[in-house]
Amino acid sequence: MLSIVLTAVVALLGLALVFGILLGFAAVRFKVEGNPIVDQIDSLLPQTQCGQCGHPGCRPYAEGIAAGEAINKCPPGGEVTIQALADLLDVEAPSLDAEHGEEKPKTVAVIREDECIGCTKCIQACPIDAILGSAKHMHTVIASECTGCDLCVEPCPVDCIDMVPVDKGLAAWHWEAPKPLNIIATDSASYHGADAV
Amino acid sequence: MTPNDIIATCSVDIFDFHGGIHPEEHKTDSNQQPIRVLGLPPKLILPLKQHIGTASKLHVEVGQTVLKGQKIAEADGPFSVALHAPTSGEIIAIDDQLIAHPSGQTDHCISLIPDGEDTWCELHPCENYHQLSASAIQHKVSDAGIAGMGGAGFPTAIKIAPPNLSNIDTLILNAAECEPYITSDDRLLQERASDVVAGLEILMQVLGASRCLIGIEDNKPEAILSLEKVLDGKTIQLCVIPTKYPSGGEKQLIKILTNKEVPSGRIPADIGIVCQNVATVAAIYRAVRFGEPLISRITTLTGEQIPKRGNVEVLIGTPIDWMLEQVNYQPAKIERLIMGGPMMGFTLPHSSVTVVKTTNCILAPSPKELPLAPPAQACIRCGLCAEVCPAELLPQQLYWFSRAEEYEKAEHHNLFDCIECGACSYVCPSSIPLVQYYRHSKGEIKQQRENQLKSDQARERFKARQQRLDREQAEKAAKRLERIEAAAKAKADKLAQTDNKTNLDEGSASTTVIQENTDSVKSEHKLAKENVNIAELILSWEKAQIKPDVMFDSSDETDGGKS
Amino acid sequence: MALLSISSPHTKGPQRTSILMRWVIAMTIPGLIAQTIVFGWGNLHNVLWCSIIALACEAIILKIRQRPLAVYLNDYSALITGVLLGLALPPFAPWWVSFIATAFAIIFAKHLYGGMGSNPFNPAMVGYALVLVSFPVTMTTNWATPLSLVEQAPSIPETFAKIWNEIALPDALTGATPLDTYKHEIAHSLSDEVFQSPVFGRFYALGWEWVNLAFLAGGLVLFALKVIPWQTPVGVLLGLAIPAIILGWDADQSAPFMLHMLAGATMLSAFFIATDPVTSSTTARGRLVFGLGVGFFAYIIRRYGSYPDAFAFAVLLMNFAAPLIDVYTQPRTYGHTKAQRGQKAKERP
Repeated sequence: MLSIVLTAVVALLGLALVFGILLGFAAVRFKVEGNPIVDQIDSLLPQTQCGQCGHPGCRPYAEGIAAGEAINKCPPGGEVTIQALADLLDVEAPSLDAEHGEEKPKTVAVIREDECIGCTKCIQACPIDAILGSAKHMHTVIASECTGCDLCVEPCPVDCIDMVPVDKGLAAWHWEAPKPLNIIATDSASYHGADAV
Repeated sequence: MTPNDIIATCSVDIFDFHGGIHPEEHKTDSNQQPIRVLGLPPKLILPLKQHIGTASKLHVEVGQTVLKGQKIAEADGPFSVALHAPTSGEIIAIDDQLIAHPSGQTDHCISLIPDGEDTWCELHPCENYHQLSASAIQHKVSDAGIAGMGGAGFPTAIKIAPPNLSNIDTLILNAAECEPYITSDDRLLQERASDVVAGLEILMQVLGASRCLIGIEDNKPEAILSLEKVLDGKTIQLCVIPTKYPSGGEKQLIKILTNKEVPSGRIPADIGIVCQNVATVAAIYRAVRFGEPLISRITTLTGEQIPKRGNVEVLIGTPIDWMLEQVNYQPAKIERLIMGGPMMGFTLPHSSVTVVKTTNCILAPSPKELPLAPPAQACIRCGLCAEVCPAELLPQQLYWFSRAEEYEKAEHHNLFDCIECGACSYVCPSSIPLVQYYRHSKGEIKQQRENQLKSDQARERFKARQQRLDREQAEKAAKRLERIEAAAKAKADKLAQTDNKTNLDEGSASTTVIQENTDSVKSEHKLAKENVNIAELILSWEKAQIKPDVMFDSSDETDGGKS
Repeated sequence: MALLSISSPHTKGPQRTSILMRWVIAMTIPGLIAQTIVFGWGNLHNVLWCSIIALACEAIILKIRQRPLAVYLNDYSALITGVLLGLALPPFAPWWVSFIATAFAIIFAKHLYGGMGSNPFNPAMVGYALVLVSFPVTMTTNWATPLSLVEQAPSIPETFAKIWNEIALPDALTGATPLDTYKHEIAHSLSDEVFQSPVFGRFYALGWEWVNLAFLAGGLVLFALKVIPWQTPVGVLLGLAIPAIILGWDADQSAPFMLHMLAGATMLSAFFIATDPVTSSTTARGRLVFGLGVGFFAYIIRRYGSYPDAFAFAVLLMNFAAPLIDVYTQPRTYGHTKAQRGQKAKERP
């Protein structure tokens, strides 16, 4: 009787030891540095740094999401970003929270240069330093860097900044997706009616 | 000697590529008549970008008169070509015009009204061009504004100066012309084979290629005969290949003639091969020998809506509606004008667009001739598409991924190896516009990549700004601290001095004052310290939002002393 | 002038889904004729009856799903399901068995998954498997005895009465199939005794051999017309033949090779059922693997399972595996040194 108990105890202890070593080894060998999920989330956010989510920039929002915040607070990213985040975090994709704004076509800030008084307020507001200029001199936006966050519009005392939709141009054009299948066919279908050959 | 004899004597082994289709050829519709010269249209519109790469740089002004062959725009960097006036006349406008592009968008164009004189500018012919150096020839080609005339429009000067020039051993002339309807290369070879062969010899010299192969489909017997005559006694090998679409695809032709495959994402030059189109080679010869820039080309006008089908030589920039008028075009009720062939050509947005360097065919089919595709049905995974795909892809899988916008999976299934030849759509029993799905997906993926690049860039800039702000904040806080301390010290010294001098008896009162002063200094000190802490702790961006001038520019440096 | 804007290609080959489907249906006719000659009117009735139900169910569901009837009924896919079920079910299967099998196939196996092109399982085989497991007795006792073994063939009214009112026919008219007979007799007899049974006839399976050869002939025509790929049927037949040859040398242990080939639904399954493109693998090599799997599972179930014939289960089992097969049998794309395997996403540079 005693031997059975002893055997059981020894066996369990042995197992515990083996798994303990295994786990300990795994903890050291496969240690994960930092919190890569924040980086992953951050890489999905559009990096407009617009603050519409209520955070001072995209990274803080990424940290917020990692801590359990809703993923639908990013209007510039829109549905695409929400979907990508939902895929990453394996959750249902909610629709965009209207409280934080609505999805708009991509824009770029343009300063009407002859009206600019050189107050530098927009330069200070730009989260990515994409506005050039100095005090009492005309400012201008580096269009290729501008993320269209429109944070510079508000501080401008003379309202000389316009948000202009990005002209995609010929180079960015590509074919749109064909209309989905299973559309309710109308009489026009019979016009082509070659399928009834 | 008949073409069959030539096939029999062809000394190069012919290989096969996977898949391929045999659509109705319709070649005889247009290859029976000699090339006609269409003459001067009332107006020419020349887009500044008729090739792949950067648009040409404008070289003329509105109102300027130009001579035929005069350069009106020059190459902007290596990835660009020059543009020349196709005839003499006056530049009447430089503005955005509708161009020959499926998007129906406008682009920068030069409009020219011919003066009717057709006066050439001074040309620089070169009789002993065999003695020219490779770079001199490359320069001449680049200067003549030659870009691939088969449809892609790749700047030819780059193509004949590959980075690994010394490794090039084979030059291939792509005379397959596998697209149905198009016969411009066929006709060109029938009538001007000597130009083409002379061009090939120039290219062999430039590239240092030891062999030259001409790949031509067996459905062009007259062209084969005419080439055979010119090639007599030359080392260039004529390879007659079976007619199968898309044997004229660059990668497919290389496979047929050499059994080599161009590695995915690479160019033929990487395996020592350079492929050239027939019309391009002829243009190279004209440019090197006679100094003629590329100002005209041979275009096939075909399709049942055109009574006088055939090949015409037209000036670049000729409006298509004018051209169609010359051949008694009958517009149908629902009209399609296709630039290029029925397999890979694109529909024109309007008939007012003009001929560009890549326009090898204008197809005006009747609805009966090329009926519109019936409505798409569900994919039944029959796999016919995979059987015909020359790139050996799984088109039906790519279709499902594209439809579901699973772009990563589509890329994993080698979407970017698709050459958009249209064989899959052609055989699809469910009439699914497969190629359009792939084009859309490719565009989306490219856009996503660009967006990713841009957002990475924005992230970097944001980080850099954060660091700058933190640094400035810390510096300023330190400076302010210094100043406050200095001011307090000076004040204290001063006070002590005046007190010592004037208020020796009012010792107790002055002590209070000093006490008060030191208190205020202390509290200011504390404030400054707090500022440093804030700089460290709170994201300074937030502060910039609330009160930007706290930590900004030199102006606050000067009034900072007031605090 | 208004011009149409359409993505290339602007020309279209002659092939249409409806044409492919019609060829498949047409090429079942030799088999159906053979069945009628050998077993009487039962199969012909079933084919018609199942087709009517299939088309009716399809129409009703399309109506509910608000799809245009003309376009979708024209693809003949519902008709194929009906015809295949009619050919596969026992000739004297009661009307309600056919009804349940067909309705379930169209409504559940096809449309609940999204209709034509979206169903993961072969609808006809789902319907067949359902009635096979639900009504095992009905499905085994209603096979017809070959007419050459009966004194008087059942007339059309008799056949109708049997199917619609389940009026019992003389015992001699119904009986077990050769595969069934073998399965049950071999347990307690030697093969020599078993093959004494008249159902085996002179060529392994009386009557069935002609039915199977007729389906084979129809299938070969489909293959010649490139309506079906060669890989699937070749795979099925090899998958069945290889174990049948290796393990079937001893007729006391396992049914002989020729019995496997010519009895039961072998050729019908190999050429008409396993070749359903929607539910099989889509790659060339994948189809071979798919076919081999179907044949192999059919052998395993025929030999070790409790059902005498097993193609419905074999096909359904491989339907499960088809997406996985696709992933692992991708062809080598032009310009790549080796074929992609598996789903792992490529790292972007």
